[in-house]
Parts: sequence; C-alpha cells; structure tokens
Amino acid sequence: MSTTPSTLFDKVWDSHVVRKIADGPDVFFIDRHFIHEVTSPVAFLGLEQRGLKVMFPEKTFATADHNTPTINQHLPVQDPLSANQLKALEQNSAKYGISHWGLGNPKNGIVHVVGPENGITLPGMTIVCGDSHTSTHGAFGAIAFGIGTSEVEMVLSSQCIMQPKPKKMRIVVNGQLNKGVLPKDVILYIIAKLTAAGATGYFVEYAGEVFEQMSMEGRMTVCNMSIEMGARGGMIAPDETTYAYIKGREKAPKGEAWDKALAYWKTLKTDEGATFDKEYHFDAADIEPMITFGTNPGMGIGITQHIPVSQEEGKGKASYEKSLTYMGFAENEPMLGKKVDYVFIGSCTNGRIEDFRAFASIVKGRKKADHVTAWIVPGSHIVESQIREEGILDILTEAGFQLRQPGCSACLAMNDDKIPAGKYAVSTSNRNFEGRQGPGARTLLASPLVAAAAAVTGVVTDPRELL
Amino acid sequence: MAYDKFTILKSSAVPLPIENVDTDQIIPARFLKATERKGFGDNLFRDWRYNSDDTPKKDFVLNNPIYSGKILVAGKNFGSGSSREHAAWAIYDYGFRCVVSSFFADIFKNNSLNIGILPVTVSPEFLDKIYKAIEADPKAELEVNLPEQTITILATGEKESFDINGYKKHNLMNGFDDIDYLQAMKAEIAAFAEKSLY
Repeated sequence: MSTTPSTLFDKVWDSHVVRKIADGPDVFFIDRHFIHEVTSPVAFLGLEQRGLKVMFPEKTFATADHNTPTINQHLPVQDPLSANQLKALEQNSAKYGISHWGLGNPKNGIVHVVGPENGITLPGMTIVCGDSHTSTHGAFGAIAFGIGTSEVEMVLSSQCIMQPKPKKMRIVVNGQLNKGVLPKDVILYIIAKLTAAGATGYFVEYAGEVFEQMSMEGRMTVCNMSIEMGARGGMIAPDETTYAYIKGREKAPKGEAWDKALAYWKTLKTDEGATFDKEYHFDAADIEPMITFGTNPGMGIGITQHIPVSQEEGKGKASYEKSLTYMGFAENEPMLGKKVDYVFIGSCTNGRIEDFRAFASIVKGRKKADHVTAWIVPGSHIVESQIREEGILDILTEAGFQLRQPGCSACLAMNDDKIPAGKYAVSTSNRNFEGRQGPGARTLLASPLVAAAAAVTGVVTDPRELL
Repeated sequence: MAYDKFTILKSSAVPLPIENVDTDQIIPARFLKATERKGFGDNLFRDWRYNSDDTPKKDFVLNNPIYSGKILVAGKNFGSGSSREHAAWAIYDYGFRCVVSSFFADIFKNNSLNIGILPVTVSPEFLDKIYKAIEADPKAELEVNLPEQTITILATGEKESFDINGYKKHNLMNGFDDIDYLQAMKAEIAAFAEKSLY
C-alpha cells in the first residue's frame, strides 16, 4: 500500500469536508439531521427571520421525545409549554416538508432509539442533532455528535456546520467481560478512569475484543456516553454485527443500493499503522458492575468498592465535597446497602430491548420492593412492542411493575417524571448532575442489572448475587 | 442571530470557583420549554441562585451585590454536559459577554462563540491570580482584548495571551455569523451533495 494509513474517523470526516478554511473550521457536510421539540423551535424562528428555506428537507427527521408524557399519551398534553413546543415541531415539520414522528405515531420514540431501529442511521454517515447524546449513532461507524441551536439553523438552511476537526483518541478494551458486567459498566468504568473532562477535544474510537463481541444495543450504550467524558463523540468500526442489525430495516438500503453501500461500509476501519493523538488500553477482567456516587458521570466506582477519599486540594477538593454533600454521602462509605427510593430504566442510554431483557432476567420470580417507585420506560413504541411480544411485560407485571409509554422521561425530567428532592434514584440514564432528574434529586447511574437488583431489594445490591 | 461586535471589554468580574459546572446547572431542563430565545437570564443558575420558594440564596455569588460585571470567571471544565445552547443564551441574557476558565467543554465553547460570547481559556495559575485579585477587591477590573488576544488584571498589570481560531475571531470582531458564510457558498454545497452516497 502506498497510501498513508488513516483512521476510521479520518476516512469519514475527510470525505465530508466541503471546504477547508485557513485558520478556521471545516465546512462540514451533514448526511442526517435529527430534530426534536426542545432545541429546534428557535432555529426555525431564525430561518423565518432571515427568510431562508430548508435546503434538503429529506435529510432531516423530526421526533417528539424530551417533553412527552409517559402515561395517557392519547390525551392532550397537560403542560401548556410542552404542548406548545410539540405543536411547533409538528407545524414546522409540515411547513418545511420534514418527516415528523409525533406523539401517537407508531414510530415515535427517543430520537437516538428510533434513528437506528428504522434504518435511518447508517455506517459512514455524518449525523447531528441538537442533543449531546447524538454520539449514540457512532455505534454504526458514523460520525455523530450534538450541536447547539445556531448549528441546527445552519444545517436546516445549508446542510453544513462549521467545525474544527477534533483530535483522535482510541480506547481499546481487550479480554472477556465478567458475569453480570454490561456495556453500561464498561463505559462507566472508562469515564471513571478518564474523568468527566478526560476526552474533551477528542473524538473516540472504541476498539478491541470487548466491542467486537458487543451487540449493537451495547455499542450504542457505550457511544451514547462518550460525551460524558467530554468527547465530541465515539465510534466503532462497522462489522458483520452492524450489517446484520441494519439489513431489512425500513429505511435501510435494499437490493443494488445495499450492495453498493455494503462495499463502502467494508472500507470503514482504521488501517494498520494509523496513529491517534492519544490511546488508552484497559483489561475487561478489571471491570465489575459500576455505580456512581457523585454529581458527574466520572464519579463512579465498582459496586463493591467504597467512596474514594479525595486526592485533590483547594478548589478541586471543595468541588468534590460539594458533590458528596449534595448526595448525602461521605468519603469511605460503601455503596452496597444504601437505600433506594426510585428506579428508572429507560433513556437513550438504556431504553432498548436488550436493556429490558437484562432487567427482566433479575426481576423474574421476584417482587418489587414495597418502598421503591419504579419507572420503566421503553425508548420507542417498537421497543414497547418487543417487550410485550417477548413476554417481558408478563414478568414485570407479576413482579408488581408497570410499563410506561416511550420518551426521554426521568432522564432529564422535562415531563412529569421527576425524582423528588432528597430521594435516591438508581437510574440507567446518562447524567447524575445536580437536579438533573428533578430539583434536589440524587441520581446513582448504573446498568439495567444493577437497577433491577435495586428495584427488587430496595437497596444498592450487587446484581451478581441475584443472577 | 446577529450579535454585538466584540473588541475590547473592560469590566469587573463575577467569581464562580466551582469545577465541572454542567449545563444543567447553568439552565435546568425545566426552563427549556420556550419556543423563543428570550428571558433565559432570569433562570441562569436557577437552583444555585434561588430556594424552592423562589427566595434568593444569600450565599450564591450572583445574589451578592458586591460582585458585578460582564465577565464570569469559572472553575475548570465549565459547560460540560448537554448541548443546549440555552445555557449560553442564559449567560448572554444575564449580561455576561465573556467567560474565563482554565478549561471549557467543547460544545459549550462552540455555542458561546456562535452567539457572541467570548470564552477565554487561561492557565490554572492565571485563573488563580484572577480569583486573588477579585478577593482583594471585588471591583477589580479585567481587560479582555480580542484583537491582541490578551487578558489583563488591570490592578496588577498581570497579563496572559489566549488562543482563538482566526475565523471565529474575525466573526466576533465584526458581528458576523456562520449562517451568512454558509449562505454565500450554497452552490458549492449543492454540488457536493450531488456526489454524496446518502
């Protein structure tokens, strides 16, 4: 080979640069644009004020998810502000000819769940959305990341954004995962090692046996949380697992178009000898079920460990102490046995069918702890159907749980699903920030297995004891 | 959205020496329900600023009348978390034109530049010097000079240079935005789209 070896990220990025600006960003072409009701209205207003059109309406997909209620979705939305945003999305989509999956549409669900499950997300694409967890779509070997509302307006009006190219990081995890360890634990472990700012300025490629053996659902969970260590996004090279997941989905290429796409997808991998700006290696055997104890996703430990004593001084130590005070925890305490008030399974991180299968594997034959309120929220109507068809709903019902309707729900608590102040929630979502799940809410991030173990025992429990 | 031109800003500053300030703190999700870009400043740092009965929390810096100014000085990893541009809108709407920190989260930094807020990254040592200057005199002024790319503590004359991408600097100094630029190259974009697989 005479060409210079390049990374997966370089291949996808460089093929989407329309123009390079000297001492400036790249004009970067976007293949797929997802929009939802919260970060798009002001962008549409901007278009109107400037008298601009949507350049390629067929490349944008709208779904309602952040604000939507998770019960009685057939009734009018009670909160007038939420109803207003949902109406704005519907009207703007209709006005500009954008496909819209609103409340009640059988395809409706969380944007990062419905994109992949309908075959809209494909390898080698560039994908953006006014939502930081757009990094989820990197699981397919796409460059996908969150943007602000000004950029939403840019994409609507020109299908491009102005982006400096990030630096490249590779995170390799080799070996076999232990029993009871899920993809969520893998990413919480990596973030705990790198910290909440450890990958800022970088785009991450995940490589190694652990990711090669992972399902697409698991890869999406991992890529979803790349943003939680500051990375712009994360990606995994497409392989047979990827192609098998995509094949036959509604909007996936078919026939000749499939063959053509597949030939391209097979070129999407990091060449031997390509270099990264930074590289980390971890051993799968070191990872146990994880849980967070603080107020950023980097503050996580193995579930059997004790809350660490701060190694920092000055402002760093003060920030750490502020965090523990908010959580009502102290240094050196164990996490096992801590009382749990709420359990939330769902979100774009863990609202896919595999997550509910894992949850049900522990719940089966047990009962929900009396004092625990559990919100079980599928990521989409399609996931909801799978839950019913696979008999998971029966297991949940027998154990005393109720299934809710799809949406972002208690992940960011923009709807009525808010954890009350001071209460503890084991949550499969992505952020444990102060007030994220409601003002004063205390969030412990964990996998669906850890969530299930907490839901049936009422305390933080090692799920391996219940498997 | 066009914004004010930014050249030289001389102002006192508000200190917020907390690390990992995420966008959910800057503007909690429940305030993202607007369909227009206005009024976000009232809810900037809402849960740090007000009690649940809407009375101001005395110990929070925005409620302390001795501090004021157009510059916010924050701890490292400022603006992490969500991509919500509402966080930058809230900072702008409150009256800040510049945020100084030793480290910014990526998307927040981009969003700020896109709406006319200048994020200035300084060394941890210089950040400490700024905090000390404000501690000594809450009215201590900073001068942020975008053309020269410097930030100066006027009381002591201590100065540091900062980096900014040349294109973004040009935009900020002239009040231009990216949409103007992209509109001017629509034909090139259309030609590019023709060749695209998707």
